[in-house]
Amino acid sequence: MTATLSKVDRGREQASLPRPPRRYRMSNLDAKVSPYLFVAPFFVLFIAIGLFPLLYTAYVSLFDWEIGDDDPLFIGFENYSTLFQDDQFWNALFNTFSIFLLSSAPQIVVAIVIAALLNANLRARTGWRMGVLLPYVASLVALTIIFGNLFGPQYGLVNDVLGLIGISPIDWQASTFGSHVAIASMVNWRWTGYNALIILAAMQAIPKDVYEAALVDGASALRRFFSITLPLLKPTLIFVVVTSTIGGLQIFTEPKLFEPSGGSGGGAEHQYQTVVLYLYQSAFQGFDLGYASAIAWVLFMVVIAVAGLNFFLTRRAVK
Amino acid sequence: MRHRWISVLICAAVSAAATTACGTGGASQTADGKTELTIATFNEFGYEELFKEYEAAHPDVKITQRKTGQGQPHHQNLFTKLGAGSGLADIEGVEEGYLSQFMSKAGQFNDLKEIGPKVEDDRWLKWKTEAVTTKDGKVMGYGTDIGPLAMCYRKDLFEKAGLPSDPEGVKALFATWDSYFAAGDQFIAKAPGVAWFDSAAQVYNAMHNQLETGYYDKSDKLVVDTNAAIKANWTTVTAAVAKGQSARLGAFSNEWNTGFKLGKFATKTCPSWMLGVVESQAGPENKGLWAVTDAFPNGGGNWGGSYLTVPKQSKNAQKAAELAAWLTAPEQQVKAFKAKGTFPSQTKALDAPELLEQTNAYFGDVKAGALFATQAKKIKAAQYKGPADGQIQETVFSPALQSVEQGKNADEAWKTAVEGAQKAAK
Repeated sequence: MTATLSKVDRGREQASLPRPPRRYRMSNLDAKVSPYLFVAPFFVLFIAIGLFPLLYTAYVSLFDWEIGDDDPLFIGFENYSTLFQDDQFWNALFNTFSIFLLSSAPQIVVAIVIAALLNANLRARTGWRMGVLLPYVASLVALTIIFGNLFGPQYGLVNDVLGLIGISPIDWQASTFGSHVAIASMVNWRWTGYNALIILAAMQAIPKDVYEAALVDGASALRRFFSITLPLLKPTLIFVVVTSTIGGLQIFTEPKLFEPSGGSGGGAEHQYQTVVLYLYQSAFQGFDLGYASAIAWVLFMVVIAVAGLNFFLTRRAVK
Repeated sequence: MRHRWISVLICAAVSAAATTACGTGGASQTADGKTELTIATFNEFGYEELFKEYEAAHPDVKITQRKTGQGQPHHQNLFTKLGAGSGLADIEGVEEGYLSQFMSKAGQFNDLKEIGPKVEDDRWLKWKTEAVTTKDGKVMGYGTDIGPLAMCYRKDLFEKAGLPSDPEGVKALFATWDSYFAAGDQFIAKAPGVAWFDSAAQVYNAMHNQLETGYYDKSDKLVVDTNAAIKANWTTVTAAVAKGQSARLGAFSNEWNTGFKLGKFATKTCPSWMLGVVESQAGPENKGLWAVTDAFPNGGGNWGGSYLTVPKQSKNAQKAAELAAWLTAPEQQVKAFKAKGTFPSQTKALDAPELLEQTNAYFGDVKAGALFATQAKKIKAAQYKGPADGQIQETVFSPALQSVEQGKNADEAWKTAVEGAQKAAK
């Protein structure tokens, strides 16, 4: 019966009718609610395993919370004030930045150069391109163990090679700078090719006619690279810099496995203990969850600050 | 449309049911009405055949083993689930290295004297039970195996350096720590390129565990800076390092393994289970070069070995304790020793013919079982371990000794160690 009503009539009719028909109500609800249901899995998962732990960590960081405590003691910001006076934390922060700089900076420069080379007309192009990705495919743990062996202080291959060219062996475990170089080399080995491919993809998206116009105007290859390629790579470079900042400041596996006896101290005198490694040590060796949570939050803030800073620097530098 | 809503509801209901089903893990009854007992172990306890035997004798019990490959993840899991308040097995294995941490949480485990069956008092070596007895006399675990210390040494290197090399002759060198380090001086003078021991921490920890009082006194007060014996040990070991007696190879590292292959050190503090490690690391090419003798400086010592414990979380604590008591009886531990070589902690098992006749081909057919049984009986008492004792040894003193081996000044490293211990004990 209602199906015969015209559009104009319907509104009037609805007022008098107590409820619209069931089928119509359901499909209306469907149209309104379904889209939210479809996107819900992401948000539900994000809230459960992203947002909730983040906020709960902030909550835990306000307590003197040892693992297994039945009623932890609320101590406000004391974990944070202890943390800022903790030499081991500042040392870990220094190590993290040092390893980050030694890895990310050369890595991005080299990645751009490799991308430019791969962008040239090469024989067996796909082969070369897949080749630079190989280190990324290899298992991180296997890679770290092999590098740990290469950088062995007494019987490592690197020291043997250095000996051949007359350089006295370096104790990669004892020296702060040496251990940072060793760890940064693992990071570089793994990530340079990956970043090169991302930059290569961006390079190929640059329209050919821009280069042709420059060529006609007599611009050299170097000039074309600096005046066309680099500026047009900007969005991709920002992405690469920000992701490697986030990854670099959270470095954990490499320094953890670099410790020969399997501890979490990052060297006998914490020569290469990073912030995340210190966090891990506090939480799962010291069982001090409150303190570890405070470290996690401070690191979170540092990552946001540095990623933001890098974002602005990259945007400004590459114009 | 309606169907969709119904299916959404069903999905939600099913997943809710599934999660609750997972959430009630550790249910104590199986479908056919048997009591299910879970037991969590790591490495090899050698219990697999024993479980079958026990199930045959107790038709109402079903045993489920949760086996972890390595000790570290097992204990991390143990302490995390202790914190979470659920998820532990009815019987949990605890290794000696984690004992201080475990004892500081003794309140969350059952007193086996109270809930367990009657067990003869002298079943275990005295020091083994002492170490899991709380100050008010509660027994928190049944001993399974131990790692009595002897001294391993390279016969060929001893001969080259002009030291006695037969098992009887070397005993004088290993009588006290003084004679041990004096022999080390003699050795390195005549064997250039080879060190006396593998790493400072390996020697220091054995010396430390022989002290009457360790890092803590019995009232749980940290005494690192006031216990003169600790400083004396530190001075002795770091002096030996300064003279070049240490190969500076951190235990269980890759370089340590290489050191075994290349024969870069002449002696090694050797708990019973270390013989297998030496064999696999030194490899067939060094067979017959390593020897072991039933002597250890200043008496004896122990490194390793485990206990079975029953957490309060267990819903079948009494039956779990019965099983644990049965497993740790001498007869069963001798079987476990035959299966996987875990060295028993039970006094009667130490006299069992199976154990006394066991030989080790890699170490020149030495009667290893009898040798380590002798060493086990030399241990006088268990040193009292305070709450952060394990952590102080692992993350403070061992790295500090390593830093001395890396060239740090011994006095500065001592200051770092004392401060580190105070921080860990906080």
